[in-house]
Amino acid sequence: MKIIVCIKQVLDTAAKIEIQGEKVVSPGSPFIMNPYDEFAVEEAVRIKAALPESEIIVFSMGPDSVKETLKRALAMGADQAVHLTDPLFEGLDNSLVAKILAKAIQKQSFDLVLCGRQAVDDDMAQVGPALAVLLEIPFITIVTQLQFSDNFQTADITRQVEGGSEVRKNMSLPFLVTCQKGLNEPRLPSLKGIMAAKKKEIQNLSASDLGLEEGLLNPRNNKLHEIKLSLPPERKKGIILEGSDEDIAKQLATIIREEEKII
Amino acid sequence: MDNKFTIVVVVEHDQNAIKPVTFEVLNAARTIADSVIAYYFSDNAEVDVEPLIQGGADEVKICHNSDFASYTHETYAAALKAEIEKTQPDLILLSASNNGKELAAEMATRLDVGLATDCVDLQLSEGEVIVKRPVFSGKAYSLCRLSGAKPYLVTLRPNIFRGEGTAETRTGNVVKEEINLPDFSKIVGELTREVGAELDVTEARIIVSGGLGMQAPENFKFLEDLAEVLGAAVAASRPVVDNGWQEYSHQVGQTGRTVSPDLYIACGISGAVQHLAGMSSSRCIVAINSDPHAPIFSVADYGIVGDALKIVPLLTKEFKNILGDQG
Repeated sequence: MKIIVCIKQVLDTAAKIEIQGEKVVSPGSPFIMNPYDEFAVEEAVRIKAALPESEIIVFSMGPDSVKETLKRALAMGADQAVHLTDPLFEGLDNSLVAKILAKAIQKQSFDLVLCGRQAVDDDMAQVGPALAVLLEIPFITIVTQLQFSDNFQTADITRQVEGGSEVRKNMSLPFLVTCQKGLNEPRLPSLKGIMAAKKKEIQNLSASDLGLEEGLLNPRNNKLHEIKLSLPPERKKGIILEGSDEDIAKQLATIIREEEKII
Repeated sequence: MDNKFTIVVVVEHDQNAIKPVTFEVLNAARTIADSVIAYYFSDNAEVDVEPLIQGGADEVKICHNSDFASYTHETYAAALKAEIEKTQPDLILLSASNNGKELAAEMATRLDVGLATDCVDLQLSEGEVIVKRPVFSGKAYSLCRLSGAKPYLVTLRPNIFRGEGTAETRTGNVVKEEINLPDFSKIVGELTREVGAELDVTEARIIVSGGLGMQAPENFKFLEDLAEVLGAAVAASRPVVDNGWQEYSHQVGQTGRTVSPDLYIACGISGAVQHLAGMSSSRCIVAINSDPHAPIFSVADYGIVGDALKIVPLLTKEFKNILGDQG
């Protein structure tokens, strides 16, 4: 099976952020693989363990630092990595990112495409479904279980919905899924994996390699334009309730009822 | 083309029980649109749509087909694409539920139009659609403008646009039409759903949430008791979920669900940055923690320094008393 995994490099979720100019920054905080994309890489590696003739290619877009995240995916067990890198790719919105990714993925055959359910920086949850539409393959979002049949031609796929789950049985390949926590437990790369990754090549692809017109790759063609970034409003300073546990419980119940009028 | 601003709302329902988020979407639509059209995709032509008109729809279009017995993005997207060719809306508005977000992303790509997901503010300013959306799970907010071909796609975060409801009695048109759908049976496969009676954390008005300070999985019983009295959902921090004490669907934080309830009661949660990101836009936050220096107190409106295991059962008793008095 030929498996494509799309990953994004994001700021560590433990990072506290600041806004400088028109950008979110967090001096000193590391960049990591988007946590949902780790589930995607892990799932691909598990499929390959069960079906050794499989091939895993990871794709990522962004500046040079993205190579570190691609290396991590290679160390986890991916076979090849493709870095979509070009100054023309900077500042593009997700609809254009999906178009570039689709163009790059279409350069080879594939059976399965795995993405994270959303990136924890822009929180759009757009690129996965958009990519499937552009690749003209079925998709299932927010997947918590992917159970292949014995011959790996079809799968039963469990998806999270509010208050429960739904299962699609006997989905035929090819398809795209966006991965949710619960799908698997991503491994830490082993020393052996890290050493093996050093021998694997990361292929660079630019706009001209993909035959993309410069005219398309312009932030002016974005459909969503950021006007301003801001930090959340400061919350008003809270009150620490004092007294015996019984007193405190009484006070709080009264406050919630009479001052906050929530119940 | 006239200058009327038309919004299409897609009704979200579970076996024809309209989800409360739909009324929030209608409420947001009504405040900025000249005309609101609600599409109800159903397997039943006789569904009750009066609440949708009272909620803000000027027209409700019931598109029925037996394939609408359950939501799938394939059937909804196909129907919606065909319908909006007739109604030519400026904006399609959905809830930022799991279904709403995937349908919006699919539609935006099929139509090659702009999309903004999970918005907490929606304005129409000199004909431009301006939205505000949390990024980094609410560590920052991005004010954005949509441009290009219409209709734009916007999804709205649950619990933000509840509004006060309408006092006056509204009237509206109801149109019923049986529509044709392509055969998606090969793609969709065999679909089964398991949705329990449990309130989802993103839809709850009140959340009672537990961290490692609850000390053991069986102690979540105390939180469930409090939640039952308050009509609340039970949530948890990441370490609790990673320990297997609670299901992942209950996890609040940057790698879990982002919530904005009226009341968030954090019990034994220290308040890691990634947890605060997921809940700090709650209207009122109560924190119970034995460590007076726990970061959770920095976002709490009301703090209780103490043992959650002792205080939560006392709270359950007090709330029961108060709510009992009401009858």
